Amino acid sequence: MNSFTYTRATAVEAAVREKAADDGVKFIAGGTNLLDLIKENVERPTRLVDLNHLPLTAIEAAPDGGLRLGALATNADTAWHEQVQKRYPLLNQAILAGASPQLRNMATNGGNLFQRTRCYYFYDTATPCNKREPGSGCSAIGGYNRIHAILGTSDSCIATHPSDMCIALAALNATLQVTGKNGERTVKFEDFHRLPGNQPELDNTLAPDEVVTAIDLPNEDFSRHFSYLKLRDRQSYAFALVSVAAALQLDGNTIKDARLALGGVAHKPWRDQQAEDLLKGQPATEETFRRAAAAVVENAQGYGHNTFKIELAKRAIVRALKQAAEGTQHAADIFTNSNP
Amino acid sequence: MSTTTTQASLGHPAIAPPPALGTVTLKINGVERQLEIAPWTTLLDALREYLDLTGTKKGCDHGQCGACTVLVDGKRINSCLTLAVMKEGADITTIEGLGTETNLHPLQQAFVDHDAFQCGYCTPGQICSAVGMLTEGKAKTTAEIREMMSGNLCRCGAYTNIVSAIEEVLNQPKA
Repeated sequence: MNSFTYTRATAVEAAVREKAADDGVKFIAGGTNLLDLIKENVERPTRLVDLNHLPLTAIEAAPDGGLRLGALATNADTAWHEQVQKRYPLLNQAILAGASPQLRNMATNGGNLFQRTRCYYFYDTATPCNKREPGSGCSAIGGYNRIHAILGTSDSCIATHPSDMCIALAALNATLQVTGKNGERTVKFEDFHRLPGNQPELDNTLAPDEVVTAIDLPNEDFSRHFSYLKLRDRQSYAFALVSVAAALQLDGNTIKDARLALGGVAHKPWRDQQAEDLLKGQPATEETFRRAAAAVVENAQGYGHNTFKIELAKRAIVRALKQAAEGTQHAADIFTNSNP
Repeated sequence: MSTTTTQASLGHPAIAPPPALGTVTLKINGVERQLEIAPWTTLLDALREYLDLTGTKKGCDHGQCGACTVLVDGKRINSCLTLAVMKEGADITTIEGLGTETNLHPLQQAFVDHDAFQCGYCTPGQICSAVGMLTEGKAKTTAEIREMMSGNLCRCGAYTNIVSAIEEVLNQPKA
């Protein structure tokens, strides 16, 4: 690793001030992605500010009756939290579908939001990459791009967002509590991650000196009909080729409300509210699900090796919606997520 | 290479001196140890290179193989992806802290009994991970053990016997 200095933050406001004053500062929480990137010479901080001693580990009731997840609560503690299992089982399933138990014990909720892409060219400093080195070009377009994006891409970047947790948060309509040097604000989850456009070096819309302190889940009930379906090259401990977070509220067989978000297909968690609208008020049938799936991939673009993802995404959406309608997934039922 | 050449290259003016070493106190296997290390020293490197605790293995050094698994405050983590300085004040347990040669930890004994290894390089990580998994108490079935041990790779492919060793300890009546 390159050399850096290390300090511990004792207050959120002080951490924000430290970062605002020095471009070389990176916040560290779990460290599972950042330290790897430092070893690969992709990230080159001159100082790490350790956030782990801030009092942000609580999982507690949110003001609207929903649930507030502290930014420093670990992914494992979040997934297995009794309220998450009971009220937000989609989130439980998504978190448990990601990484390994060791990594989930280290990784924090806040850190998970800031995970960087696993595009192999982004990691390989010997190749051009607009995300790593703006203006240098994209090696994945015209290169080996089996894991890359099919939706919302640009001429400068086709990288995918890597998180599973975030796909569930997108579907669940989460909001983020953020503190910056100008005080606190709330950010809607869909406004947090961004598409690459001509600035793929920016993964999200936060100012460099802002920090996420909590993730709020709204007081809504999608605990009966949900599915997090993750398709990947091996059954465990691999990133998604395509993943689908689907959640329904049913009245008999009629869909009252619907949520649909995809992972592994875009630069951000890909929630499609137009497809959700096609589901609402309709019978929960395969025909309805196929219509929604077709709408999601209507503008999808393949780049060669990843073109299979368009059909894969369509089928995964239909299957996830079926699973959701049938109510076949259960909280902490860790083996249903990729199997039935 | 002559001594003169070595000194000349070390004194190259383009290379800035690294930040000063700092004192880090770690509690490992119940014993407090003081180290003079650079802040970028991972917990794994601190154990192996500075404390002579080479039971914890460096496999991939990127959090992909699990060979470096240790327990921090009872929870299993990858020691290659955390800095030693971040674990000041924590209670760290390595494979050296689990049992002794004459009094093996039940999982160590089960790994021997089930021949749960071939080359043995992943074994300390497998055992520490299994200890963590049993403490978590989520895995009940064979399939669940396999899923919850998926962060530990074994290139020899001893998975069948690793799972049966863990299963035996999982199903042992609690003393």
